[in-house]
Amino acid sequence: MRREVPLILTAIVGITMIIAHFIPPFNILKGLFEDWFFIITAFAIYLGVLNLIKINADKLYKKQKDWPFGIVVILGFFLITIPGIFFSGGRSFQDPGTPFYYLYMNIYYPLSATMFALLAFFVASASYRAFRARNVEATMLLLAAFVLMLGRVPIGDWITSWLPEGYRLGNAADWIMNFPMTAGQKAIMIGIALGVVSSALRVILGLERTYMGGE
Amino acid sequence: MKKINRLHPTSKSKLLFVTLFLPFFLLWGSFVFGAEEAPGSAGEPPIATQAPPAPPTNVSAKDIPNDKGGAISVSWEKSADDGASAKNVTKYEILRSTNKDEGYEVIGNTSPGATSFSDNSANNKVLYFYKIRALSSSNSSESLPSAPAFAKRQWFDFSRLSLFILSLIIGSAIFYFIEKAKSEKGLFIRKIAGLEAVDDAVGRATEMGRKIIFIPGIMDMDSMQTIAGVTILGRVAKLTAEYEAKLEVPVCRSLVMVTCREVVKEAYLNAGRSDAYNDDMVYYITDDQFGYAAALDGLFLREKPAAVFLQGQFYAEALILAETANSVGAIQIAGTAMPTQLPFFVAACDYTLIGEELFAASAYLSKDPKLLGSLKGQDVGKLIFLLAILIGVVFLTLNSVLGLNLPDLRGLFSGI
Repeated sequence: MRREVPLILTAIVGITMIIAHFIPPFNILKGLFEDWFFIITAFAIYLGVLNLIKINADKLYKKQKDWPFGIVVILGFFLITIPGIFFSGGRSFQDPGTPFYYLYMNIYYPLSATMFALLAFFVASASYRAFRARNVEATMLLLAAFVLMLGRVPIGDWITSWLPEGYRLGNAADWIMNFPMTAGQKAIMIGIALGVVSSALRVILGLERTYMGGE
Repeated sequence: MKKINRLHPTSKSKLLFVTLFLPFFLLWGSFVFGAEEAPGSAGEPPIATQAPPAPPTNVSAKDIPNDKGGAISVSWEKSADDGASAKNVTKYEILRSTNKDEGYEVIGNTSPGATSFSDNSANNKVLYFYKIRALSSSNSSESLPSAPAFAKRQWFDFSRLSLFILSLIIGSAIFYFIEKAKSEKGLFIRKIAGLEAVDDAVGRATEMGRKIIFIPGIMDMDSMQTIAGVTILGRVAKLTAEYEAKLEVPVCRSLVMVTCREVVKEAYLNAGRSDAYNDDMVYYITDDQFGYAAALDGLFLREKPAAVFLQGQFYAEALILAETANSVGAIQIAGTAMPTQLPFFVAACDYTLIGEELFAASAYLSKDPKLLGSLKGQDVGKLIFLLAILIGVVFLTLNSVLGLNLPDLRGLFSGI
């Protein structure tokens, strides 16, 4: 029964969602199932939070490797949750002027933006490796990237301004984006869509059970 | 003695003061006291001080097609004073009644410039009439009533008919090949380099005595990519149990944590190594995208894992993770169905499962004929799309070159 019940539930929910996509009155059930998912997710967050505290408290208690990071995690957790829950002064914790809002805007937000900003450097280092002309394919990639990067900045058109309109680097960059790139991307997306259909059917039919701990 | 007709200096300054400031006093007074009597300022209906704006015209109402009922679409041509003149329209009010001549009630409003409104509060099979009221700052005008309309429930969404037919064909093909695969052995499946490398990656980690870190994306269990990632985790966990390698699964969703624990536990049990399983192998970090990326970056740099699996749905953190893992010399096997992140994985990782390969991974690794059969059914879908694209291109080319009038096949796939 431990296996059968989840499989039956998966099949019922999966088939209902497919039917609801084509038969509008079933949208009520679709909405209901989506609400249930959000409710389960909301409860499950406590599992995650408890696990976070437990793992890091264990690390501290047992003085495991890198235990000082555990202090940062636990302190950070309480620093942001306690003001949010207890010190919002009757307002929503997200309202401007609350301690939570202050911490969010002055600690969380800049840290998050800093992580995002790292992308600029990682794009440069990854491009450097990817664009090395090691074989024919990599050389084509390098040439396409060269045209695209130059074509996207004013200097690209300036360098090729002696060529007739339509044959400049900017036009070549547009052509790469509109034709080879779009065609390749569409092919990948068709494959993805079919892969999703096939995987979903395997899950609904109960052929694919690994995600619930089965073989 | 000549009478000097001069004012006293004090009186002169008073006069100057009064002359200069009197207009301002008068203006202030009219504003303060006059405002009390201004029309509409005390919740009374506005008194028309200017001509009303031109009314909206051609109001029409019709049932919204392909829905579950209870909704009527109302459209109109905007007032001639919308966006121009002193009688500029400030908003439209939508009025509804079951009687053409009376009983109209406001059911909603739209900003100026709008020409349509969806009435989602209609009862099915009840006739409704609609009027549109254009409001300026101090006056209003109403359109003529629309023709009656009623909402009705549709039992099939015909805008998705082509998708339905295509789904039936592809679904039937998948069913057929699954059934066929049960009696057929040795189905051919092309080699997927990324999946062939899973054994090597786990073996390498075992030899080096370092960890294997598996990241199942950043989305929840409602994403098919996360399910595919978790499925691959099951296979990887079984290998790590057999090789006695160290596996760590940091996740960013609680439900994913619970699922991954179950999967890893079962894999260790099936490999006969339940003693090696520990709940702490799978742990939660945070739901936050960049917080998660920062924690993983730190983990990579401190632990220097031998192998990193990035399998699931990723966004901007994809390259941050892949580049950091690369910098510590980890062998990386990535897989995602996010077209925007695939180039980053291809550039930064050793192996990448591109799109459909992520979903095929489970079948590939398990070698289960039924699962492999579903991949063959999927190929039928690809063949249909390929033929449709080829025929569509030929038709459009012939139309363009020879001036023929062959059908545009794009319409067939409009509901997809």
